[in-house]
Amino acid sequence: MNFEFSEEQNLLREQARGFLQDNCSMKVVRAALEGDEPFNRDLWKKVAEMGWTSTVIPEEYDGLGLSYLELSVIADELGRAVAPLPFSSSVYLATEALIAYGTKTQKETWLPKLASGEAIGTFALGETQGQTTPKNLTTTGGSSVSGTKLPVADGDIADFAVVVTRTDEGDGANLCIVDLNQTGVVREVISTLDPSRSHAKITFNNADAQVMGEEGQGWAATQNIFNRAAILFAWEQTGGSDAALIMAKEYALGRFAFGRSIASYQAIKHKLANMYVKNTLARSNCYYGAWALDTTADELPIAAATTRVAGIQAYYFASKENIQTHGGMGFTWEFDCQFHYRRAKLLSVNIGSESQWQDKLITAVQQQNVA
Amino acid sequence: MDFNDSAEEATFRIEAAAWLNANAPSEADLDGLTDMQKAKLWQKRKSDAGWACVRWPQEYGGRGANAIEQVILNQEEAKIAAPNVGVFSIGQGMAAPTLQTWATEEQKKRYLPKLASGEEIWCQLFSEPAGGSDLAALRTKAEKDGDDWIINGQKIWTSGAQYSDFGIIVLRTDPNLPKHQGLSYFFLDMKSPGIEIKPIKQMSGASGFNEVYFTDVRVSDAQRLGEVGQGWQVALTTLMNERASIGGGGGAAGFKTAMDLANRINIDDKPAIEDKHVRAQLANWYVQESGLKFTGYRSMTALSKGEIPGPENSIGKLVGAPKSQDLASFAMDLMEQAGIVLDPDGDEMANLFQGTYMSIPGLRIAGGTDEIMANIIAERVLGLPQDVRVDKGIPFTDVPTSN
Repeated sequence: MNFEFSEEQNLLREQARGFLQDNCSMKVVRAALEGDEPFNRDLWKKVAEMGWTSTVIPEEYDGLGLSYLELSVIADELGRAVAPLPFSSSVYLATEALIAYGTKTQKETWLPKLASGEAIGTFALGETQGQTTPKNLTTTGGSSVSGTKLPVADGDIADFAVVVTRTDEGDGANLCIVDLNQTGVVREVISTLDPSRSHAKITFNNADAQVMGEEGQGWAATQNIFNRAAILFAWEQTGGSDAALIMAKEYALGRFAFGRSIASYQAIKHKLANMYVKNTLARSNCYYGAWALDTTADELPIAAATTRVAGIQAYYFASKENIQTHGGMGFTWEFDCQFHYRRAKLLSVNIGSESQWQDKLITAVQQQNVA
Repeated sequence: MDFNDSAEEATFRIEAAAWLNANAPSEADLDGLTDMQKAKLWQKRKSDAGWACVRWPQEYGGRGANAIEQVILNQEEAKIAAPNVGVFSIGQGMAAPTLQTWATEEQKKRYLPKLASGEEIWCQLFSEPAGGSDLAALRTKAEKDGDDWIINGQKIWTSGAQYSDFGIIVLRTDPNLPKHQGLSYFFLDMKSPGIEIKPIKQMSGASGFNEVYFTDVRVSDAQRLGEVGQGWQVALTTLMNERASIGGGGGAAGFKTAMDLANRINIDDKPAIEDKHVRAQLANWYVQESGLKFTGYRSMTALSKGEIPGPENSIGKLVGAPKSQDLASFAMDLMEQAGIVLDPDGDEMANLFQGTYMSIPGLRIAGGTDEIMANIIAERVLGLPQDVRVDKGIPFTDVPTSN
């Protein structure tokens, strides 16, 4: 049994953690949250220089050609740091969409720039409250896209977006790649629950676009991209859950009430133990997800949904109970507990919420049983 | 990252599987035997060939295998239809490691091989009516009389006392010392005069445990493990191994059975599996089982590298037992009114859920309650301080106790 990261991968983890401790402290997160800058450009540049944005991009497109295990390690650490970066949009979604469905020309156009960090990509699906489905999509098109997407994570800063549209004819969906710097695209910055990551409303008016993958098959492609991204999102959630637990633990150890550390009361000990248990299960499921992603296992849809549900649940629990452990101060603007609580919600709704993934999990199990 | 054996592990697996397949008892071998006789036959056969208690040194009945090899053997044995050898697990899993750490060489040579071969069965006499989670509050006393000690008192929750040959026991040898300091640890012959064993009828109707009463029972001082007053330390050796022995509810209802039920039961005239609420519940249990499975794989990897898995293993029972309980309860709700109808010869699935519902409350208590497990995680994994102990440093006789 060798269900563990390699020594090199663990070394990468140490480097990543050290780098983020030095360059992405809670002060940096706070600056992004409170400031006017949509994201931390300086940090993005450094992250790209270290090769994180190019981790799984093939070498022929100027990437490092490493595996998803390395990317998992980086995602874990970025989540731990609540990094104010467009990493998930650009790397887990846009880059992955190009690798899986881009034509050679599309790849040549964007992948080297994504690898170097020069370009930022994003993924645009949601349009309104509630679940987006092929039936209720109002953005339409293939080579020319019209409609409105809201909210698009990092949509204000991205250079291009992978946009899910309804086909002009029939009930199919398309996956379209759209350059966001063109006259047919209007972007408006919007505020969200997690201001450490910027969001936009994007309106397309006959914007020039290209279909990625097969015409009309965009919905299946979206599901496939989300399955892969779900595992990387879950690594960020698990990293964040661990950080929230550590924050709660350190505060509890130093906070005294009734003459002793509140960390010695079972009410607090059991709360933290429950956080640890959920985090451990989420992390072990993430290992499974990383393995499935790395080996493109048949059970990837099951691994993705399992990992995703565990990640959502663990981060929500850890981030809210971290606030609770801090008492009143945890509820203040001044304390950092809010960062995890905000990020937990952003990550949980970004590529489909908990109930969608619970449903997908059972569907995947049913399909496996039939096969 | 993969799930593959190393070269050495693969060789061991092949060798183990070959032996197991060639030597598993046939139906003819087992014909007419009681469960105990079947267990003893299979254990002896394994022991004679060097496949019992493989981690123990060869001179005590094992084969000096490492921890991952034990896991591989267990996996391979689970694949064949061999008799259940659970009756030996307390002796082999808890008494034996304690003997290996604390007994004399002569005692190890006398007792360990017969533990390995299943010729002698051991039980554990720790819990008392007044000492459960607070085990060190036990009151059964031992008073020195020449080269012997005389035991009086009562133990409880002793599995297998009625068929055990020997037992390990913690006793209060000095009630005037603070709680932990007044304890000593012994092993004794369960057929000693003055021992009375009474089965406990559980809420399920089954009897898996006993009360054991001691009236002037003599045990030789030579059967003391550790020094007088060192009983708590010796007990910790046993308890560390207990947590490894008590699993996450083997044979209890799990995701797969609940999924099967949801496929055949209807809600609003449609299969329950199509109901969103049912699907969400099932998904949560799947995620928990998956998390436990892969946590287990991570522990196995640690074993494979020669590392010792830490107290993080406590989460198996802490997650697994309440999960099975909730799942069984949910499944019985799906069956609606029929969920409570008992018919041992009827629907196997109904029996499984009902059996789980009625037995899991015990698993959430045995071998450390959910609450104690959470304390262990908080203190030993997260490093949080112990709770305040009001009985610390005062003579046991002055400590307030339950009525």
